[in-house]
Amino acid sequence: MIVFDNITKIYSDHSKALDKVSFSIEQGEFVSIVGQSGAGKSTLLKMILIEELPTHGKVLFDTLNIHTLPRKLIPEYRRRIGSIFQDFRLLPNRTAYENIAFAMEAAGRSEEEIDADVPHALDLVGLKSKMWNFPHEMSGGEKQRAAIARAIVNQPVLIIADEPTGNLDPLNTQEIIQVLKKINDLGTTVILTTHNKGVIDSLKKRVITMEHGTIVRDDIHGKYVL
Amino acid sequence: MANMFSKHSSAQFRRISRSGFISFWRNQAVSLAALFAMTITLFAIGALMVGSTFLDVFLGTIKDKVDVTVYFVEDAQESDILTVKSSLEALPEVFSTEYVSRDVALAAFRERHKDDAVMLAALDEIGSNPLRASINIKARELSQYESVTKFLEGENAVVAPSGTSIIEKVNYRQNKLVIDRMNKLIDYSRRLGTALIFILSLMSVLVTFNTISLALYSARDEISVMKLVGAANNFVRGPFLVQGAMYGVISGLCAAALLYPITLWLGSISAAAFGGLNIFSYYLAHFGRILIVLLVSGVAIGILSSYLAIIRYLKV
Repeated sequence: MIVFDNITKIYSDHSKALDKVSFSIEQGEFVSIVGQSGAGKSTLLKMILIEELPTHGKVLFDTLNIHTLPRKLIPEYRRRIGSIFQDFRLLPNRTAYENIAFAMEAAGRSEEEIDADVPHALDLVGLKSKMWNFPHEMSGGEKQRAAIARAIVNQPVLIIADEPTGNLDPLNTQEIIQVLKKINDLGTTVILTTHNKGVIDSLKKRVITMEHGTIVRDDIHGKYVL
Repeated sequence: MANMFSKHSSAQFRRISRSGFISFWRNQAVSLAALFAMTITLFAIGALMVGSTFLDVFLGTIKDKVDVTVYFVEDAQESDILTVKSSLEALPEVFSTEYVSRDVALAAFRERHKDDAVMLAALDEIGSNPLRASINIKARELSQYESVTKFLEGENAVVAPSGTSIIEKVNYRQNKLVIDRMNKLIDYSRRLGTALIFILSLMSVLVTFNTISLALYSARDEISVMKLVGAANNFVRGPFLVQGAMYGVISGLCAAALLYPITLWLGSISAAAFGGLNIFSYYLAHFGRILIVLLVSGVAIGILSSYLAIIRYLKV
């Protein structure tokens, strides 16, 4: 489904974020990417979202070289991916409902679909009671659940979660990971980056370990080893 | 298919407008700052517009008071004078002419001095009419009096059968200094007015642009999230343009309303200073036009500022 083919990323200050990285991810997989800060995890995810362009190599998404996509087709491509961030990145002046509805509106979905799907997505992440709350009225865990609801509402084929539990306490961390597992069980591919050893060890899924922009381990049933 | 597309477009347009209204209302601090900056901008534009047009009207009335008079010799025939009048009217520089015969001049003189017994007695003492027939000439521009005078002094002037010119004198030479000075003054005032409008408008537009840029700077993370969840540029940009237009409309109304008390206060002062010209009456008479100019420029500045300021944040 996703193929990183010999990807190198060198920033303008000559620092090398990724060095000849190659791997592939199949549909329905749950892949964790671990590594210390600066190992290149976030750069990998930014490549998938076309936030960053590779200096060398290519990223294929279902055989499509995504970095050759014309700019106007990028929004449509991004709607096939659900993104979850460490700092939640909800729209601050919109309620939980409106944040999720925004992703559907951006995708051009009808009012009827929005009315039906938003409450359903919020229900799936256990946040129906906070539907009309603004982000500043929610806890960290609730914000992240709202962000997950936004990520899944357009039924993406891939979820990328960039350290989604980085700002959460252990209880909320477990809840968020359970939600991501549930989404994966329903057939959606999940790519997770994290620093959390407990999360990785409890998942018992594929783990890619990165160091200084290169892959040093790729285990089918991995553990957190650094 | 076409129907589906238009239905989809109108739904997106509705969403964009609603989103713009909601953001305007919920970001009250930002909206107030933008409204304040833009109201000042539009007020400056409105005040300059009223001021410069008022100045124009005032300069026009001064210009209107200027004319040159050509006096004819005592024995000039009326038919010759009328020939001069029609050749003057044929000149493109001449706006109007008025023939004052000797009898009319005398009657006007008597009327003017009806309370001056000595003057009337002196006139009676002379016995005959000492006044000359004349033509008052108004040129279209102050600068054109010179060429009209040259025309009269030149070979084109009608010559009496005796071979001498029937023109006794043209009073332009006596008034030349005043007319020239006034001409320069009017010219400088206009240039200064235009330069002031340009500079002040540019300054205030830049202030508004900067305020809106700051507002969008604070929304840059929001914009990047919108892009990352798959929103197209127009869908992200639209609500900000709607907000820009709203700033323009509300500020335009505020600026037009703000001009009311200011011109009211200046009304009697201007009437006293500019010979009865009342700036408040001018404001009331042209309110519709002023309001439209303020609204249109407000909406244009708001939309353009938002459009330009958001470009850099859309590159996600």
